[in-house]
Amino acid sequence: MTTVAATSHVAHAHHDDRSFLRKYIFSTDHKIIGIQFLFVSLFFLLVGGLLAMQMRWQLGFPGKPMPGGGILPDTMAPGGVLLPEYYIQLVTMHGTFMVFFAIMPLLVGVYANFLIPLKIGAHDMAFPRINMASFWSALLAGLIMLAGFFVPDGAPRAGWTSYAPLSARPDLSGASYGQMLWCVSLVFLGLSSILGSLNYITTIINNRAPGMTWFRMPLSVWSLFITAILGLLALPVLSGAVIMLLFDQTIGTHFFDPVAGGQALLWQHLFWFFGHPEVYILILPAMGMVSDIISNGSRKPIFGYHSMVFAIVAIAFLGWIVWGHHMFMSGMNPTLGSSFMVSTLIIAVPSAIKTFNWMGTMWRGNLRFHVPMLNAVAFVAMFVIGGLSGIYMAATPVDMFIHDTYFIVAHLHYVLFGGSLFALFGAITYWYPKMFGKLMSEPWGKVHFWLTFVFYNLVFFPMHTLGMAGHMRRIYDPTQYDFLKPYQPLNEFISISAFALFAVQAIFALNFILSLKWGKKAPQNPWEDNGLEWSLPAPAPHGNWETVPTVYRGPYEFSSPQVPEDYLPQYRKLPTDREPARTPVAGH
Amino acid sequence: MHWWLPLKGSTFAGEIDGLFLAILIITGIAFVIVEAGLLWFVVKYRGRPGRKAYYTHGSTRAEVIWTAIPAVTMVALGLISNHYWVKIKGRNSVPPNAYPIAIHAKQFEWQVTYPGPDGQLGTADDFEVRNQLHVPVGRPVVVHLTSEDVIHSFFVPVFRVKQDAVPGMNINVWFQATVPGTYELGCAELCGLGHYRMRAQVFVHTQEEFDAWMKQAAKGGATS
Repeated sequence: MTTVAATSHVAHAHHDDRSFLRKYIFSTDHKIIGIQFLFVSLFFLLVGGLLAMQMRWQLGFPGKPMPGGGILPDTMAPGGVLLPEYYIQLVTMHGTFMVFFAIMPLLVGVYANFLIPLKIGAHDMAFPRINMASFWSALLAGLIMLAGFFVPDGAPRAGWTSYAPLSARPDLSGASYGQMLWCVSLVFLGLSSILGSLNYITTIINNRAPGMTWFRMPLSVWSLFITAILGLLALPVLSGAVIMLLFDQTIGTHFFDPVAGGQALLWQHLFWFFGHPEVYILILPAMGMVSDIISNGSRKPIFGYHSMVFAIVAIAFLGWIVWGHHMFMSGMNPTLGSSFMVSTLIIAVPSAIKTFNWMGTMWRGNLRFHVPMLNAVAFVAMFVIGGLSGIYMAATPVDMFIHDTYFIVAHLHYVLFGGSLFALFGAITYWYPKMFGKLMSEPWGKVHFWLTFVFYNLVFFPMHTLGMAGHMRRIYDPTQYDFLKPYQPLNEFISISAFALFAVQAIFALNFILSLKWGKKAPQNPWEDNGLEWSLPAPAPHGNWETVPTVYRGPYEFSSPQVPEDYLPQYRKLPTDREPARTPVAGH
Repeated sequence: MHWWLPLKGSTFAGEIDGLFLAILIITGIAFVIVEAGLLWFVVKYRGRPGRKAYYTHGSTRAEVIWTAIPAVTMVALGLISNHYWVKIKGRNSVPPNAYPIAIHAKQFEWQVTYPGPDGQLGTADDFEVRNQLHVPVGRPVVVHLTSEDVIHSFFVPVFRVKQDAVPGMNINVWFQATVPGTYELGCAELCGLGHYRMRAQVFVHTQEEFDAWMKQAAKGGATS
C-alpha cells in the first residue's frame, strides 16, 4: 500500500501520465473498474430488458408477428412469430442476464469496487490486480453467455435455474452448445465473484482509515462486507454444481440423471444452497445504499444503526438455512418443508426491523426529495410489497397453489426491480458526480422516476391476480388453457405497460449518457453528505487521497446540535474531537 | 376474469383459501401501516427552509416492539400453516381408503393409468388413458406420480394441488374432489419446448357416472 500511496503522490504532484490503455482499459484503479462494471452491466441490463419485451409480446399477443421480429432468423421467429423453443430461450436468458450480469454486478461489481475504498478511506483495493482480473473474468463470462444465441440449437432452454435432468440432457431440452456455454460462463462468473469478494473482505478488514471503527462504517459498506462473505461462500457451490452439470452434458457422468443412478433433486439442493444466499447478494447492497441515501435525504441520523447492522447479519445468516423453500413441491421430504417454512418466515423479522428503521429515519426529518431520495423511498415502498408477498409462498399450504405461478413472478420482480433496481437508479444518480465530475439532470431524473414508478406497478401488480388465477410461469401461450383465456386482456394490459416501462428507460439512458458531456459540473459535495468520498474532488483522482483522512465520528451525523449546518462530515475535526489512536494495520 | 381465487374444488381448497385470506389480512395490515406511514412522513416532514430535523439515533423501545410483533406473528403463522401442511402433504396424510391412480408424466403428456374394475393398480385389468384424469366426487384419490424424462409438475388449480413429478422418484399426492365438472390439469414446471401445451382434462364424476365410465373404458373404449 505504501508504494501505491507514494506513486499516487507523485502522480498528483505532476500529472497522471499513465497511457489511455492503462488508465481506462487495463486499469487497476478501483474507481475505473467500478465504472467498467457499470457500463458493461448497464449493457447487459438492456439485453435482459430486450429479451423481456419479446416475451411480453408473445404473452400479450400470442401467435401474432412481432413488430421488427422479421430480423430474427427462422430458427427463432419465422415471419416474426416467436417459436416456443425460442420463447423458453428468452425465459432462460432474461433471468440469467438480469440476475448474473445486470443486478449482481451493478450492485457488487460497481458499488463494492467504487465505494469501499472511498468510504473507508483507502487508497485502493487490497489487491488491485486481482480486482482487474475479477472484471475481465466477469466480462468474459457475459460474452460467453451472449454467444449462446449464436451457436447451433441456440441459447439454453432450461430456465435460469437450469433444473436437471432437462439441463443435463441435450436430447430432452433441444439445446446443446448453448446449455454448455451457460455452465462455462458461470464458472468464469463465479471466479470473478470469488476474486472480488476476497478483495472486498480483505480491504474492509485491513485498509480502513484511522478512526474508521467497525461501527463508524456506513451501512452501505457493512452490507457490501456481508454480501462479500455470502459471495465467497456461495459462489464456489455454484461453480461446483455447474461443473458437475457440464460433465453430465459432455463426458457422460450422471450426477443429476436418474436413468443411470443420479439424483434429479441433487441439482436443486446445490443450486438453491447457492441460490438463496444469491438472492440476498441481490438485495443487501441495495438496502445498504438506500440506508445512506435515506439518512442523507431525511437530514437525520439513521434510526437504530446497530439494529440495522445486526439485521443485515441476521438476513445473511438466515439466507443459508432457507434454500428448501424453493423446493416445497419438489418431492422433498415434507417434514423438511416444515422446518424450511419456519426459518423462511423468520426472515420477515430482520426485514421488518430494516423497514421500520427506514421509516424511523424519515420520521421528524427535514426531507429533501432529490432524485436519489425519491428512488430510495420507492425502494422501501416496493420492497415491502415484495417482502410481504413472500409470506404467502413461505406458508407451505398456500405455496402448493401459488408455487410456479405468476404470483412468484410478481414477488421476485417486486424485490429485484422494485427493490434492487430502484435502489440502483438512486445510487447511480447519487454517486455519478464522484464518478464523472458531472451531475445528472435533476428534472429529467424526476420525470424518469415517476414514469418508471407508475408503469412498473402497472406491469407487476396485476401479475398477483394472474398468479391467483393459477397462471403458470414460463408458458409460451396461456390461451392454450380454457381457465386462462378470460385473463388474456390482463396479459395484454401487462404487455402494453411493459413496453411503456421499457420505453421510458430511454430517459434514464439519455440522462446518463448526455450528462457525461453536458451535465452540470459537480461541486465536491453536491448532496451535503458526511461520507469520506465527499472530501475528494469530483471526479476522485487515482489513488484517492495523498494522505488518507482521519475519521472522527459515524457517517450519519445529520442535524447535529454541534454545528450550525445540518451535516457534519466524518472527516471534519471539531475542536472537541480527539485524534483516534492509530492502530497498526496489516499491509501498511 | 375475476379477482379472487378459482372455484374451490377439493376438500382442502377451503383451508388453503382460508390461510391465504388470513395472510392477506396480516400482510394487508402491515402494508397499510408502512405505505400510509411513508406517505404521511413524505408529506408531513417535507423539507422547509430554516427547519432542522430532530436529532436522534433511535429508540430501543421502538426496536423491541417492531422486532417482537413480527416475530410472534410469524411463529404463529408458521404453526398454523404447519398444521395444514401436515394434514395435506405430510408423509402419513394419504387417507387409507384413497382410490389409486398412476400418472406417468412425459414430454409432453400425462399418461393416466386406472386400476380397472377391481380397484387395484398393478393387475391385469389396469388400463391407460392419455391426458384424461377421471375421478369420482367425494372420495379421496391418491395419484402415484412418476416421470419418464424430466421434471414436470402436476397442477390442478381448482383442487389447489401441485406436486412435481421427478424422474427416479415415485411420489404420492392425494386430493378429494368436491364439485362434479370438467377442469384442467397443467404442467407447472418448465419441461421443454412443449411445456405450455402439456395439459390434460380433469373430469369429476358422480360415483354412478364414474362407475359407468369405468365399465366402458375398461372394455377398451377409453374415451369420455
